[in-house]
Amino acid sequence: MSAPPKLLTIGVTGLNAHDNPGPGVAVIRSLREFYRDGLRIVGLAYESLEPGIYMGDMVDVAYQVPYPSTGSAALLERLAEINGQEQLDVIIPNFDSELFNFIKISAQMAKMGIKTCLPTHAQLAARDKINLGDFGTRYHFKVPAFYMLNSVHDIDTAAEGLNYPLVIKGKFYEAQIVNNRETAQKAFYDLSAKWGLPVIAQQYISGTEINVAGLGDGKGNAVSVVPMRKLYITDKGKAWAGITIEDNDLIALGRQFAAASQWKGGFELEIMKDANGDLYVLEVNPRFPAWVYLTVAAGQNQPAALVQLALGNEVKPFKNYQAGKMFIRYSWDEVVDIGSFQQFSAFGRMANTNNNKGQA
Amino acid sequence: MKIKSNIATSGNGFIFNPATGDSFSGNAIASEILAAMNRGETDEHIKADILDKYDVRPDQLEQDWEDWLVQLRAANLLEA
Repeated sequence: MSAPPKLLTIGVTGLNAHDNPGPGVAVIRSLREFYRDGLRIVGLAYESLEPGIYMGDMVDVAYQVPYPSTGSAALLERLAEINGQEQLDVIIPNFDSELFNFIKISAQMAKMGIKTCLPTHAQLAARDKINLGDFGTRYHFKVPAFYMLNSVHDIDTAAEGLNYPLVIKGKFYEAQIVNNRETAQKAFYDLSAKWGLPVIAQQYISGTEINVAGLGDGKGNAVSVVPMRKLYITDKGKAWAGITIEDNDLIALGRQFAAASQWKGGFELEIMKDANGDLYVLEVNPRFPAWVYLTVAAGQNQPAALVQLALGNEVKPFKNYQAGKMFIRYSWDEVVDIGSFQQFSAFGRMANTNNNKGQA
Repeated sequence: MKIKSNIATSGNGFIFNPATGDSFSGNAIASEILAAMNRGETDEHIKADILDKYDVRPDQLEQDWEDWLVQLRAANLLEA
């Protein structure tokens, strides 16, 4: 790929960066590495305390957008306003929970000149946690056995079928490993209150945790597949350090996923490799992971390739990447003036400039 | 015994298995032996070289060699 001369304006969501960080900042970092000065980043944030808003070297201007629960009409209306100011070329949504709305309005966005690279609603639903069993059966992926929990009483049935320990998972995010009925009930109440029903009880599989970041072109091809072994895992199960590995079975799995699902856009496969070397797909995330910058460091800039796909350009599949590239995450106290916070909170817009980083 | 062809070793005894992401630190003698194994030298040749260069009894070397192979096998670094 070669960088185009025109200044591209790209909207990016997922600017939060707590201990379960959104991928937005990593996506922007990847894009900046490829497009350099030919890029204007419009951050799209839900809350005033998403740190990406105030990162002047990453985000040029940030706008508040309505929560996914307010529906697609509100999102479209807000994006039309923002587009009137910014003339967006591409939008990259980075949250699972917002994808439904973005897919729904993608045709209207296209009419406004905003391009996307997104899966269909059917593809999004097929890889959903609650459909993962069917997905595995249909496409011959190994997936752990699981039960849907629609009430706390369903835990006993799941435990009978799967035995403890179990993995109790929220509908959208978060998972807890539980060893008995009491902790399973607590996890059920925690996760159902936070993410709604159903909660999922999944068979616990011990092994090595590996994630695969990928990009599908929507025609059955995986433009990029990069596997990463987690080296340091937080209490939320997130990789705080990881390393790219060379494993043909994992590459084949990523390609098989793209071919079977005809996936369009970024994706992440969460995999457990057991002692026999069998690969279990624990989850399929319908967007880039927060560690996606590692794909850039390893030689495959997935976010930049996604933008090229969104723009309708031909993108040849990457062939090589470097195994042994590590990331080690750290947290950073971004210091901003209260005026910037006030500007974003009160007006839903905040521009970062070179001279007054983080100022209104 | 042969080290897997994709295993990366450095002169200071650091070993990296790119298939698993595992890494190990070895001492100076480990580094020397790994380098010899990477060059394709036979076990007998490597052991003879160690007996020449170091003050070690043959029976002790045999015992240590077996331990070494067990460690390499456990770390999934040897060809099957």
